[in-house]
Amino acid sequence: MRYSASSVWENKDKYDIVVVGAGHAGCEASLAASRLGFATLLFTVSVDSIALMPCNPNIGGSSKGHLVREVDALGGEMGKVIDRTFIQSKMLNRSKGPAVHSLRAQADKALYSRTMRRVLENQENLEIKQDEVVRILVDENKKIEGVQTYSGAIYHCRAVVLCTGTYLRARCVYGDVSKNTGPNGLQAANYLTESLKELGIEMYRFKTGTPARADKNTIDFSKMEEQFGDERIVPFSFTTDPEEIQKDQVSCWLTYTNQKTHDIIRENLHRSPLFSGIIEGTGPRYCPSIEDKVVKFADKERHQVFIEPEGLETNEMYIGGMSSSLPEDVQYAMYRSVPGLENVKIVRNAYAIEYDCIDARQLKPTLEFKNIHGLFSGGQFNGSSGYEEAAAQGLIAGINAARMLQDRSGIVLDRSQAYIGVLIDDLVMKENHEPYRMMTSRAEYRLLLRQDNADQRLTEIGYEVGLIPEKRYQRLLLKKKLIQEETDRLWKVHVGTSEQVQTLLKNYGSTPLNSGTTLAELIQRPELSYEKIKTLDQSRPLLPDDLREEVIEQIDINLKYAGYIKRQQRQVEQFRKLEHKKIPDQIDYDKIKSLRMEAVQKLKKYRPESIGQASRISGVSPADISVLLIYLSSGKKDS
Amino acid sequence: MDHHTIAAISTAVTESGIGIVRMSGTEAVNIADKVYRGKKKKKLSEQKSHTIHYGYFVDGEETIDEVLFMIMKSPHSYTGEDTVEINCHGGIYVVKRILETLLKYGARAAEPGEFTKRAFLNGRMDLSQAEAVIDIIQSKNEYALKSSVSQLKGNVKKKINELRKEIIYHTAYIETALDDPEHIELDHYGERLRDTVKKLKSDMQDLIESYDNGKIIKEGIRTVIVGKPNAGKSSLLNVLLGEERAIVTDIAGTTRDILQETIHFQDITLNIVDTAGIRNTDNEIEKIGVERARKYAGEADLIIYVIDASAPLDENDNEIIEFIKNRKALVLLNKTDLKAVVGKEMVRSLLCKGRLDDKEENEIPILEISAKNEEGIQELKEVIRKMFYLGKISFNSEIYITNVRQKSALKNAYDSLTNVVESIDSGMPEDFYSIDLMDAYESLGNITGETIGEDLIDEIFSKFCVGK
Repeated sequence: MRYSASSVWENKDKYDIVVVGAGHAGCEASLAASRLGFATLLFTVSVDSIALMPCNPNIGGSSKGHLVREVDALGGEMGKVIDRTFIQSKMLNRSKGPAVHSLRAQADKALYSRTMRRVLENQENLEIKQDEVVRILVDENKKIEGVQTYSGAIYHCRAVVLCTGTYLRARCVYGDVSKNTGPNGLQAANYLTESLKELGIEMYRFKTGTPARADKNTIDFSKMEEQFGDERIVPFSFTTDPEEIQKDQVSCWLTYTNQKTHDIIRENLHRSPLFSGIIEGTGPRYCPSIEDKVVKFADKERHQVFIEPEGLETNEMYIGGMSSSLPEDVQYAMYRSVPGLENVKIVRNAYAIEYDCIDARQLKPTLEFKNIHGLFSGGQFNGSSGYEEAAAQGLIAGINAARMLQDRSGIVLDRSQAYIGVLIDDLVMKENHEPYRMMTSRAEYRLLLRQDNADQRLTEIGYEVGLIPEKRYQRLLLKKKLIQEETDRLWKVHVGTSEQVQTLLKNYGSTPLNSGTTLAELIQRPELSYEKIKTLDQSRPLLPDDLREEVIEQIDINLKYAGYIKRQQRQVEQFRKLEHKKIPDQIDYDKIKSLRMEAVQKLKKYRPESIGQASRISGVSPADISVLLIYLSSGKKDS
Repeated sequence: MDHHTIAAISTAVTESGIGIVRMSGTEAVNIADKVYRGKKKKKLSEQKSHTIHYGYFVDGEETIDEVLFMIMKSPHSYTGEDTVEINCHGGIYVVKRILETLLKYGARAAEPGEFTKRAFLNGRMDLSQAEAVIDIIQSKNEYALKSSVSQLKGNVKKKINELRKEIIYHTAYIETALDDPEHIELDHYGERLRDTVKKLKSDMQDLIESYDNGKIIKEGIRTVIVGKPNAGKSSLLNVLLGEERAIVTDIAGTTRDILQETIHFQDITLNIVDTAGIRNTDNEIEKIGVERARKYAGEADLIIYVIDASAPLDENDNEIIEFIKNRKALVLLNKTDLKAVVGKEMVRSLLCKGRLDDKEENEIPILEISAKNEEGIQELKEVIRKMFYLGKISFNSEIYITNVRQKSALKNAYDSLTNVVESIDSGMPEDFYSIDLMDAYESLGNITGETIGEDLIDEIFSKFCVGK
């Protein structure tokens, strides 16, 4: 729909940056921009829905937990807010390697939303405004001038960050019921798409979905397995004192679908809006609806169903694992076929939602549009899915909008620095046909990108950006120094084959020593650790109380996985070589005769900045990259 | 891109009869004009492409040599650029003088591999072809040369891709399981993976070893000659070799410790394996004959079974026949100079009994020869050629690694897989396997060009000798 104003009014207040949308991306973007000193105006269609969690009631999880920690290390807000509002917390994958340990916390949704809103309201330089942005205003050079709202008002600014989530021309569907609203029946934004298209932006249409919410009092938990939180809670934020967040937790519950559930679904597949063609958007493979799962894993006898509380002050329970867009009657039948849900009352039906988003390959790795100066974007608008993915992009987009105004170069994290780097690189370089979800398998160098070392990887960058206060930065430097010094010392301290040593080894089921060794080598044994060999270590220094636990954790990990870490670092070196091989802006791909036609077209369209990026563009083959490399190296000789 | 005109000596710098200096680039023909003095007035730049011009190579007033100038204009030349080749009378001095003069008039000395690099950049060849060119340059004989090209394009690439496919399958499985633990289980996956990895390692080991073997074996049809002692195997070998290389007596068993012989006839090469075994009948294994067939037939492309037609068949013959009947083989009834007691029909009926493939054209050929009188040998060669060309024997079913870069890439992949096994053995969580699996995958990709590495490109092109 094209917007035409009945009356135009110019707001004369001064704004530097306008953020459109107050979801998880918009919150981080507006906080970053305002904290960096820029007058920031945040638009939302509903102030009551700031930082809304319209789908699952948790933050973190496999690889997403990494993102939250990285956001925190860079000075973002998500980790701090969830630390204040969680009702259960769990470190996942503890039986696996440290690279895939991932923190996940159940949130009190309403509390999370209110808490984040309070942070925004109290933030200096940040102003919240309830209205729908309908137009992006640019000058003749396609440079941002401002935005216009549905009321006709024009706000001038120098940069805009689009974080529209799932609201653009949103439509919610189940069965043959279709409503043009955003999530939770919130008002959709129906005009902005047209304005973006006029600016030459290519749009996609994606879909995603959410399961039903059920009334807790109608669920028979005795037929389900209780899922407890961790005994010792680990916070998300590196600034949260673990002692302060140890508290009583609520449980989640596990039950399973069965053959009957699957039969009901199969018999009614023809009534799914996907089959009837009502839904045109592409859905996520990695967060499939229950009907997708039944089709895809046809031979599976059952699927997990997690019943999770939506908060402490509500009886609504989230039926995880069973998102659906089947008709209401089928939903009742299928949910009630699950043990424990036989008499369930549904508060909110499951639905699929489709919305406009962009082909993110129109963005630079800074998340600024290549062809519109000062226009940035983040979150589901960029084709991702998930709160954490949104927050990560919002933070980077907000930082880079500010840096543009500071005349500084944008922050671009590479794939070997952060999951955020992997996320953004994938979005802006690769063809993406469905909502993009972060996964551990997407990170090639994940042993180096652990959630436990996110602070060591990124705090310095956050400090340089200006979002990390001096005190926190100094603490990080001290932590790094202590880890290094203590590790070095452990490599130097020798132990002999004394009675004391052998006895200790025996007690831990460890092979006795034949000759002397270092403390470091002892720690490398799987059955031993820094703490366990304490009595053999006479010269052990006293570590500061507030850093002790963290430093010891890092020492253990660094020593135990030293060989793997080293090999991964070699992979990174190889990767960086190609990343650092820059492709000049003025390169004329048409002149390179050996390149295949498809490669020339793709390279011309997406204009990668480095050979590394070029190699990740679908349609550019390794042979094409060889050609480029040789072309670039032969060019050097003349210059 | 560098548009300098480049020049280099393309023949070996020795006291050879003829030398070629090659020049490529936009200025090539103009530079040639400055050093050309022909009988006619016409300049080289006015001549058509692909023409040869007789004349003198001069540096100002000084005549350096009597030469031929070959003009090949863009894009129809090796490099795709204007190219001039100067054929001169060899000799280190003359060839060097010619090159120096070209440099004096504006050409730049080519770097190693630069001609091929330009050919590559101008779309004249792809990277794998470029690498094959290196192998061609580095191959000493034409036989190995032929194989280098076919190796890179065919066999090795196929085999490496199989290995990579297997590795990526397991990596993907582990990775998927990490992200979707509900639907994909990793319980005891290490045990399964260990078996696969061991198999992959042994395949790689074979390839690595083939690099060394390959030097001896080169390409050819791996052939094993089997038969009872004194059937005439050694005499046959000698006739095929065309010289008295082994002492042949009526007494079975002659020692000479040669592991294999290569026989060329026309376009076919036979690699006769274990010739020592043929000649050494002190060997208990040899005495039975069957064991030899068993031992080598598995790896052989062709089994030649020699029967002494003047002596009746016994248990051993029956066993050998049983063994070869479903393989690529041919039977020779030797000693036609003596009175025959074994005939073609008799052998044929034994061969046909229980044979899986009953198509007539796939029957095992039976030939009568006399190795002693060199009768039937020509016919034998014809039969082998025919079998080869009809695809009944494949041209070396084994795969050889022919260049050292491929070998070291394989070695790296092998070492990475060793790390995987260590991780499994030491009980590391599954997510650790991926690191080394991916390293192995990438190393193998270096062989086929699927892995992108700057180093690879540099390495490939710096290996060229300057003139190519």
